[in-house]
Amino acid sequence: MDWINAVVQGILVGGLYALFATGLSLIFGIMRLVNIAHGDLIVLASFLGLVIVTGLGLYPLVALLIVVPLMFALGYALQRGLLNFTLGSDILPPLLVTFGLSIIIQNALLEIFSADSQKLPAGPLQTASMQIAEGLAVGVFPVIVFACAVVVIAGLQLLLYRTALGAAFRATSDDPDTARLMGIDNRHIFALAMAISLAVVALAGVFLGMRTAFDPSIGPGRLIYAFEAVIIGGLGSLWGTLVGGIVLGVSQIIGGKLFPGADQLAGHVVFLIILVFRPRGLFPRAMD
Amino acid sequence: MSKIRKITLSRRDALQIGAGAAAASTLGAPAVLAATRKIKIGFVSPKTGPLAPFGEADAFVIGKVKEALKGGVKVGRNTYQIEIIEKDSQSNPNRAAAVAADLILKDEVNLMLVGSTPETTNPVGDQCEANDVPCISSIAPWQPWFFTRGGKPGKGFKWTYHFFWGLEDVIAVFTNMWTKLPTNKSVGGLFPNDGDGNAWGDKKLGFPPVLANKGFSLTDPGRYQNLNDNFSNYISAFKQAKSEIVTGVMIPPDFITFWNQAKQQGFKPKIVSVGKALLFPVVIESMGKNGHNLSSEVWWTPTHPFKSSITGESARAFADSYMATTKKQWTQVIGFVHALFEVAVDVISRSEDPTDAEANRKALAGTRMNSIVGPIDWTRGGPFMNVSKTPLVGGQWRHVNKQFRYDLVITANETAPIIPVGGKMEPISQTD
Repeated sequence: MDWINAVVQGILVGGLYALFATGLSLIFGIMRLVNIAHGDLIVLASFLGLVIVTGLGLYPLVALLIVVPLMFALGYALQRGLLNFTLGSDILPPLLVTFGLSIIIQNALLEIFSADSQKLPAGPLQTASMQIAEGLAVGVFPVIVFACAVVVIAGLQLLLYRTALGAAFRATSDDPDTARLMGIDNRHIFALAMAISLAVVALAGVFLGMRTAFDPSIGPGRLIYAFEAVIIGGLGSLWGTLVGGIVLGVSQIIGGKLFPGADQLAGHVVFLIILVFRPRGLFPRAMD
Repeated sequence: MSKIRKITLSRRDALQIGAGAAAASTLGAPAVLAATRKIKIGFVSPKTGPLAPFGEADAFVIGKVKEALKGGVKVGRNTYQIEIIEKDSQSNPNRAAAVAADLILKDEVNLMLVGSTPETTNPVGDQCEANDVPCISSIAPWQPWFFTRGGKPGKGFKWTYHFFWGLEDVIAVFTNMWTKLPTNKSVGGLFPNDGDGNAWGDKKLGFPPVLANKGFSLTDPGRYQNLNDNFSNYISAFKQAKSEIVTGVMIPPDFITFWNQAKQQGFKPKIVSVGKALLFPVVIESMGKNGHNLSSEVWWTPTHPFKSSITGESARAFADSYMATTKKQWTQVIGFVHALFEVAVDVISRSEDPTDAEANRKALAGTRMNSIVGPIDWTRGGPFMNVSKTPLVGGQWRHVNKQFRYDLVITANETAPIIPVGGKMEPISQTD
């Protein structure tokens, strides 16, 4: 039962990692942009949530109704006003610009909110527990987070493969020049992709804030798990990202069980092993 | 983070500055004489970065000190003006060393003060030791300050002096709190893989040997990395050992993750005594009602029976004025930052020549005073020279319905009976 418990808890944490990673996976898949500021944008969303929760007295989950559209708009503006200018054959400019962005976001948050640890008040939900079997209890909140990750990824998958917008996303991803010849405005498509990415980031940020304390400096620590989940799952594959998050969460907890204290090391080692044997990840989307 | 200031000069300003410079160059000699009546104190603390909560109260504390020292400090027949130069370590040891070097070489400070965590006190102390500048430090347990910098028992340092408590005090305080409630004496340990975690969990010098001596059994599954997302392994190990007490030294996000997961997974210890995470009231407040009766080490509270040697204010009055000015709850740090300046003023006023490093060092070594954090005395020598221990007690956070939602109540004072107890030790609720 101990092992089952460990695996279940690992899968649930994996859902959180997948949520961290989905936005990253989406924009990498569509425009090959590696967003170093992703972790800091998650923390930015947590702080936005904090402002709305304390300012309007809303419950954090209700505040999502405001935070998600705000981050969506921010994503559109960010891509249209800044990141579009960095895209090109050279992969270095977007890396450098998002790296700079990461530093700017961290310090701006520090200046405005100070380095105090903050938390979104989740009330009784934060410790609510479900007894599944003897010796196996899971938190209600982690289950909600996991379910959200699945719903978000299923929704994005539908969007990508069942709608005209999705077709435009995929077309731009496969061959931006030809897509433009067909009358698709790349700048707009890219901006929409970043907007959707940051909408998911908003969800991740608010969940992170409800789960534990956050401060302006913790963003980069979240980025590494997001990266690993994306790469384990295969670049550009959304379901792969979910699997990547789960692989990471489960290998951490099993590693920690076998070699106490090696939780995070185990996650990194599994990531490296997968990189050695499946350099393109478990479910690579395209062969490029 | 540096702020860029825009400087615009009008023609008239430029002319005046030019004229001033010319006047200064011709009247140079008397100006230099007057300037020697000024003492510069350098102060390094983490104002930004992850350690910034430690530097948060600096502005208030220093503002108060400046106000009190407006008229200067009298030494013999001379009155010296005090100039305080603040530098931000940005929570980075390399940056701390760099700003300390700047203070010593560019600003030529007469005395260095440094606060908060070994990451700040050690690099600054090393710079002072290398450049012959007297340095007073605090807010870091003395072991990482003394041993990490290569201190040998019986032979201390020449220029650097430290006041704070040590690991042995935390261990004593925690075990004192634990013996006040009936438990099965099974303790679960959460020690991260960082400087503090490795010191606390050390098999020879940390918690394990003392706990074994006092009849506690310790379940220590191993060191975890900071910013851990999953404590399920630890929780199931503690459940198996039927631990009723949990201890450790954790950063706030990790403690909150652990505590939420413990509740989600049905683990209900009676006592949780954790260092570091439970220091700042904002963290406890952010946990809603789940912070009730968590316990931690207490270095300073407004109920400590001490008063400032600079302003004469009691600890209570000092904390009240902090809350009135900043609208924030007092933290344990404010007393110690104030005490750093108390020692500085005491040293300057006893120094034969406050502008002379050697005279200041002698005065510093002869320090024996009462401060807002208790007596500070470096004259006793002892096995660990340059270290003066301040009293440490233990306390619990109590959820109350006041302006600030949590009170820190002292529940164990065997280690320092002079500090009054504020309440009885209470077990954490087993029902919710």
